[in-house]
Formats: sequence, structure tokens, C-alpha cells
Amino acid sequence: MFEYLHDLAFAVFPYIAGTVFLVGSLIRFEKSQYTWKSNTTQLMSGGPRFRWGINLFHIGIILLFFGHLFGLLTPTAVYTAMGLTPGAKQLLAIIAGGIFGIVTLVGVVILLHRRLTDPRVRKTSYPMDSFILILLAAQLVTGLLTIPVSTGHLDGEVMQQISAWAQGLVTFQTGAAATIYDIHWIYKLHMFLGMLMFLVFPFTRLVHIWSVPYGYAFRAWQVVRMRSV
Amino acid sequence: MKVRAQIGKVLNLDKCIGCHTCSVTCKNVWTSREGMEYAWFNNVETKPGVGYPKDWENQDRWNGGWAVRGGKLQPKAGSKWRILANIFANPDLPSIDDYYEPFNFDYQRLHNAPDSKHQPVAKPFSALTGQPMDKIEWGPNWEEILGGEFEKRSQDYNFQNVQKEIYGQFENTFMMYLPRLCEHCLNPTCVASCPSGAIYKREEDGIVLIDQDKCRGWRMCISGCPYKKIYYNWQSGKSEKCTFCFPRIEVGEPTVCSETCVGRIRYLGVILYDADRIEEAASAPSEQDLYEQQMRVFLDPHDPEVIAEAKKAGIPEQWLEAAQRSPVYKMAMDWKVAFPLHPEYRTLPMVWYVPPLSPIQSAADAGNIDNEGLIPDVGSLRIPVKYLANMLTAGDERPVIRALERMLAMRKFKRSQTVDGDPDYSVLEQVGLSEDMVEDMYQIMAIANYEDRFDIPTNSKELSHEDPYGERSGCGFSFGDGCNTASSGRTKTDIFGGRPASRREYGFPDIQVYQSQAARKPKVTEEGSS
Repeated sequence: MFEYLHDLAFAVFPYIAGTVFLVGSLIRFEKSQYTWKSNTTQLMSGGPRFRWGINLFHIGIILLFFGHLFGLLTPTAVYTAMGLTPGAKQLLAIIAGGIFGIVTLVGVVILLHRRLTDPRVRKTSYPMDSFILILLAAQLVTGLLTIPVSTGHLDGEVMQQISAWAQGLVTFQTGAAATIYDIHWIYKLHMFLGMLMFLVFPFTRLVHIWSVPYGYAFRAWQVVRMRSV
Repeated sequence: MKVRAQIGKVLNLDKCIGCHTCSVTCKNVWTSREGMEYAWFNNVETKPGVGYPKDWENQDRWNGGWAVRGGKLQPKAGSKWRILANIFANPDLPSIDDYYEPFNFDYQRLHNAPDSKHQPVAKPFSALTGQPMDKIEWGPNWEEILGGEFEKRSQDYNFQNVQKEIYGQFENTFMMYLPRLCEHCLNPTCVASCPSGAIYKREEDGIVLIDQDKCRGWRMCISGCPYKKIYYNWQSGKSEKCTFCFPRIEVGEPTVCSETCVGRIRYLGVILYDADRIEEAASAPSEQDLYEQQMRVFLDPHDPEVIAEAKKAGIPEQWLEAAQRSPVYKMAMDWKVAFPLHPEYRTLPMVWYVPPLSPIQSAADAGNIDNEGLIPDVGSLRIPVKYLANMLTAGDERPVIRALERMLAMRKFKRSQTVDGDPDYSVLEQVGLSEDMVEDMYQIMAIANYEDRFDIPTNSKELSHEDPYGERSGCGFSFGDGCNTASSGRTKTDIFGGRPASRREYGFPDIQVYQSQAARKPKVTEEGSS
């Protein structure tokens, strides 16, 4: 039974979450672009609390995102060739992840406090806005809780198992889930919440992540729409 | 030369009576929706005053408009990288309290209040939180007709270099109205600061619009616009602005604010401009040159070379004819009585203003009016010329003085002609006007017939759309949900996170706080037989 649930969560669910994430985003963008927005509430309450919270949160989570991307998807051969042993990489992950995780958690807590206590923000929020903040907070807490477990085995073994799983998933290897069968439950919880984030992504304001306006830096100041459309 | 056409606008402040009809009709058409209660695409301010939102003219505070840095034109908020670096929290964004907390009144209370010794009162409640408001602190027109103390309105940005203390005295006080809307600038900072590229200027008529689908709510345009005429809709999470009533303009009708102006102060007409000159004009080193520079961007619609270039650029014949008749061009360029609002913001605004005349300050000066052939010294007018110049020409008094003198000369001449029966030509010479010009001025500015105020060619749809037939049976204005908005009057939303606008109706909340115990218990009365 445990094996069945494990496979459901780490072999089947990732593909369900990933499909909903990609196809859902596409459908929302195509069908309902009017709802595609960052949904800022700075107008309602934009004081120092907001500025600290939002900046800490965004800077932290962007660094965490790229850290996970690098950590999970870089093949062992590549980083060892770069002169990084699995043990050293794990230590790097613990330190960088720990610092940015705390930065992000502080930001999320400030934002969640603001969201729930500021009457204007609370009244003009979608329930989904609070939900996503709570989900992020839970994700950060479980992520940080993996650190004490990780410090018990600094050889990088578990880390390699997890990245083998992630790399197995993205390259469609059927046996991927088996590589993480016996890792500590806190990792599994963290990974499951992460996939849940992908699942709910298209239904939340998180879609604004797709719209990072990097093109702005390279365009002309003025935009004129010509007559013929 | 790259010729483009725009429907420009002039507001004759000399005739504005501050009735707010423009604001109310605009509100009813465009912004009486949840999320936009606080937004007024058109509002009328009493000046002096800090305005709406508070202190909007002070760009040291809001960082709106453009700055020239090292000879290069750049938004005052900074380079593109700097704008992007502030995307998580815009440091220059006004808060809702800088506008005002929108409110409504619990009118139902007047119907359902229980018996009491005192008249029931319709209490205000916040349109944001639905909570009762003990005291309304600020509103969209809080300074109406010099409401409030001088101390507050003396913070008005246009008092720069004016010895303002004496205007706090009752006998020296002055006021004027300033109706404001989006300027549909030639060099808009809102467009320049939009990271998504959702805001654009239309080639065919110069109207600046926000693509509601493309807007992501990064809210950089709100602080970028120095006139604070872009508003964040907190319900939709998108920015909205004055649309210059483009559906009306396209069919040759004036905007709602212009159509309904009872003072007949608003003028609409075609202006031809050279898009190639915009950047150079906006980069003028001296702020006081910007008014002159903008006039150099405008093109003479009678110049054969301009006409030829305009035709090459695809501007329809009827637009060129309208440009030649344009009341806006006449007031701005021929008579030079209209000016841009705050040209020092370097946006090259396209809504211009005729400065108001005001009563002569003292009886002794008033006696001088009857001096033959002389017009009174505009320095003796109640509104300080410097104040008007700070508003309209970046502080350069000479153009404002010339405009005021021309308006006084027109009055003087028409009075001598129609009352005295002895036209006084010397007064025209003094201000450099010909009789033909002054008669035209009189017709357009004083009589101001509907046809003279609005000369709007229809937008040649056959040129704007490859397939105009495909445009038939469209549903007009909607909130990105097809025709649902138009038919049901409310935004339907889908599984992707849109909150239904009906969650809190634009109406009366369930306020328990001041309902007495008696009112909460339903009173059962029995009548007749059961």
C-alpha cells in the first residue's frame, strides 16, 4: 500500500501537476488574458511593511527557484567536472538554501500578516491570494526543516537520489520514483507541496511569473499602434 | 517629416463655471464600477489647492514625467533597469488615501430605521471595506471653492516664486477652476514606463489607450504619469485611464465631457504634428522653451509641403480639411491664447488651456479700464500672472500676458463695436490682432457654437481594419469575457481566479454596527384574519 501511494505521489502526480501547470497556463492565457495579472494591492497599503515584505519575498524566492533548478537538474557528471563534489554541493545547498529560505520566509510572514490583518487588503483579496501565501509559507517551513535532517548525512547521497528522481522525471524514465523510496518523509512532504504549487499555479496570481517583462529593457520608450491591425 | 494627426483639445478656463457636469457624466459612463469608485478620468479642481490626488503637481515627490540627464531624455523615475528594479514595490506609487477612500451612503437606513426621537441619517460607509466611516477625511473635490484653510491650499505647487502670503488675506484671495483629464501626450511617460508594453498611442488619432489584456498590473504607469491620470482598478488588477471616449470620437462625436459641458469651454479639433521632432522638442535644455518647442512639433495644415507629406502618410482628405478648420489649432497656434498644462513635465500634452481672466484687483485700477484704446494691465488682475505661468508655461510670463491681453482686447474691441458703435482698432494693433482674427476669435471663443467647438472627422474605419465586415455585431465594451459584460452588466468569471464583481454589490452592505437591537428583531404584525 505504501509503495502504491509513493508511486502515485512521485511517479504519477508529478506528470498530472506538470500537465495542469503547462496546459492550464496556456488555456488561461489564451482564453482569459484579462485575468492574467500580478494583482498587486500596493494601492491599498503600501507602507514600509509592504515594501520590506514584498522585496524580501521576491528576491529570496527568485534565488531559491534558480537554486533548485540548478541543484535538481544539473547531472552529477557536469558539476563534478566543474570541481564540485556531491558533499560540497550539498553543503552549498544547505547554506544558500538556508539563507534565502529564511529571507523568503520572513517576507512571506510579513506579507501574510499584512494580507490577514489590513482591513483594506483583506476585503479586496481573493481567497486564493491568502491560500497561495499559506502554501508558500508551508513550503518554506518544510524546506528549512530538511536542513537539520540533511546535516546528519553530509555525503550528498540523499541529494543525489532526489536529483536522480527529478532528472528521471523530466527525461520520462519510468523507474524514477523508486530512487527516492526510502528518503526521510520531510523531503517527500516538501517535494509534494512543491508539485502542488505547480498544480494550482494556473488558477492563481502566480501566472504573472510567466510574464517577467524582460523585453522592456530592450524596447523603445514609445509604443505607437499603427492603423492597420 | 513624419506627419501624424491627433484630435487635440482646448479648455477655455475663462468660461469654466466649475459645475462638474463633465466629471459626473464621465463618471457615469466610464468609472461607476467596483474597483474604480475612487477614479475620476475627468475631475475639476479648484485652484489654488493641492488637487487630486494630493500634491500631484509636485514631481519631486512623485517622480512623474521626464528628466533630461546628460542631454538624454529619460523618465524621471529612472532608466529601464531602474524601473524594472522597482517592480516588486513601486516607491513612487500614491496610496488610496492620496486620492481618497471611496465611500457610499447607507440610504436604506432612511427606509428601515426603527422609530426614534431623531431623524435617521444615511451614514457613510467605505466602498473598499464596507465598514462604516465615522468621518470622511478627504474626497475627490475636497477643496471646492477654496474650502479649507489657506495654510493647506498654499501648498499648491504653482505658488513657486510667488509671494503667496498676501493671497491668504480675504481681500486678495483668488480662485479658478482646473478641469483635468488625460492629456493624450505626444511623449507620454505612462507608455514609456509600462513594462508590459500594454499602453500605446494610436497612430490615426493620437488617443493613448491601455490594452486591458496585455496589462499585467506592474503599476509603473501610475507613478510615471505626471498628471496622475492613470488609475489602478483594484477589482480587475489592471490600470485604466481616460479613453478620450474613442468609440464616440471614431464616429465623429465629441467626448462625453466635451458634449455635456454647459459652459461650452471645451474644443476638439485635428492637429497635425511631426513625429520626428518629438524627441528633440521634449529634450529642450530649458524648461521654459518647452512650450515653444511643442508648437514647433505642430504642422501648419495650410502648408502645401505638409499636405503632400500627410497624404503620403495616409491621412484621409477629410482629416486634412478638418485640420485646416481646427479650432484647437487656431487657439494654440494662430491666436496663441492656449497653452499646455505643465510643459515642464516634457510629455508634450495635447489638452491645452486658455488662461482665465479675473477681476481687476482694486477700484483705482478698475477706473483705468475706460482709458481710450488701452487695455488694463494684466498685472492688476486678481489671479497672479506668475501663478498662471507656473501652471501653463513653466513660469515664463510673457506668453501668458500676451494671451490675456488678446482676450481683453477682444472684449474691448467688441464692446466698442457693438455698444459704442465705434470700433476701436487701436486696441487690436496694440496686441497684434487683425479684425478678421478677432471676429473669428469672438465667434469661436465667445459665441462658441457647437459646430465651431467640435470639428471631428470620422475615423475612417475602412482604413483601420483590413476586414471591417468582421467588426459587425461586436459587443462594444467588455471586461475580457466576450459579450457577457454587455448583456448581464456584470463580469462573469471563470475557474481561473477572477472574483465575481457581484461578491460585493455596488450598493449597501450589511452593517450591523449601528442597527439597534429592536431593528434586528423582525417585528411581526398580524393583520386581518388568518
